[in-house]
Amino acid sequence: MSQLFSRKNKNILTAPLTLDNPVTVQVLGICSALAVTAKLEPAVVMGLSVTVIVAFANVIISLLRKTIPNRIRIIVQLVVVAALVTIVSEILKAFAYDVSVQLSVYVGLIITNCILMGRLEAFAMANGPWESFLDGVGNGLGYAKILLIVGFFRELLGSGTLFGFRVIPESVYELGYINNGLMVMPPMALILCACIIWYERNKHKELQEED
Amino acid sequence: MKIDTNSNSYTIIYASVMVIIVAFILAFTSATLKDRQEKNEQLDKMKQILTALNIQAENDEEAGALFHEKVKQDQIMNSTGNVIADEGGFDVDVKKELAKSLEERELPLYVCDIDGQTKYVLPLYGAGLWGALWGYVALDEDKDTVYGVYFSHESETPGLGAEIADPHFQEQFIGKLLMKENEIGLSVVKAGRVSDTTYQVDGITGGTITSNGVDAMLKKCLGQYHDFLTAK
Repeated sequence: MSQLFSRKNKNILTAPLTLDNPVTVQVLGICSALAVTAKLEPAVVMGLSVTVIVAFANVIISLLRKTIPNRIRIIVQLVVVAALVTIVSEILKAFAYDVSVQLSVYVGLIITNCILMGRLEAFAMANGPWESFLDGVGNGLGYAKILLIVGFFRELLGSGTLFGFRVIPESVYELGYINNGLMVMPPMALILCACIIWYERNKHKELQEED
Repeated sequence: MKIDTNSNSYTIIYASVMVIIVAFILAFTSATLKDRQEKNEQLDKMKQILTALNIQAENDEEAGALFHEKVKQDQIMNSTGNVIADEGGFDVDVKKELAKSLEERELPLYVCDIDGQTKYVLPLYGAGLWGALWGYVALDEDKDTVYGVYFSHESETPGLGAEIADPHFQEQFIGKLLMKENEIGLSVVKAGRVSDTTYQVDGITGGTITSNGVDAMLKKCLGQYHDFLTAK
């Protein structure tokens, strides 16, 4: 048991949450970060779905890694990811219909999320199933973390709500406050992501490139 | 024995076996979840119709019960205003009907009873900027006064076109009149350009194409019911 949570494995799990974050440091998965962060609820579901899919895809690929023919390895990875995404999408339709309507095409687009292919190719093809599982969970949560931060600011400033509940009282609107319409547009997600990257690079000097 | 994972035959067999296994898994998932998914879709449709009748259901069970309580008949009529079936309108795919010629279309009509008053609900289907729009219009017994509306969309721009799904936009329609000089007068015009408050509502600023889509959808879909709406 102690071996399962050795320092190395803990690092695999926690590094993507901070210094090796898939969105802000590796700059992967930006496209979906733009699409689903106008509101918090879809951002949470998207974050969880990606975490589940990347963790299981990592395990499956890691188990198969010694049998996969090298020439079609990318195709095998894609098939595994596509199958998992389809299953998650079907389950959402059956058990969380409202959410699946909101996420609409974006669930399908998880297939094209670069984090998945990136982790499969870079990690799962070379490591054991347990490490790959931790790596998948870590990267998924790292991605979800950024989605949540961006979603929080976009929903609060763009719609005045959090998880659909009004948090900016009506009286503030009567004083002349209006929601920032730009916040619900996709470009604002990029600008917020850039702000997070700016903050992290300032805080952690080792992330800055030397020139 | 060491298998050469780079040989052609191994690659082909590997790919074939993988595809067959994945196909089985997906077919199995789809088959087991199908009933639940269809039930969800029907419940969603019921909730939309209830929203047009200004009824908000708290949860799924309540939505189903309320729908059966309020909606007395889901009729099918043709473009001349004759009822061809007393039930089955709920299962009509409005999108498919619109592709047929006007004479052949099966037009659903929901006859509802709200506190002893008859209301009619008519379905809508059209196109916005990025994808499909749909909705329902509820009319009073005079077939002219709008009792309530519901609009939704597939992928309109959040904050702009997507505002058609917002109650603030939909509430504008309540109390407007539908027929003007034997044609559909109910319309969405550019925000601030309303000249006739009996028939017109403000469109969405920055969502002009979506607003125009709603306008066209009203004209096209309600126009099919012309004979029914004008028969007093």
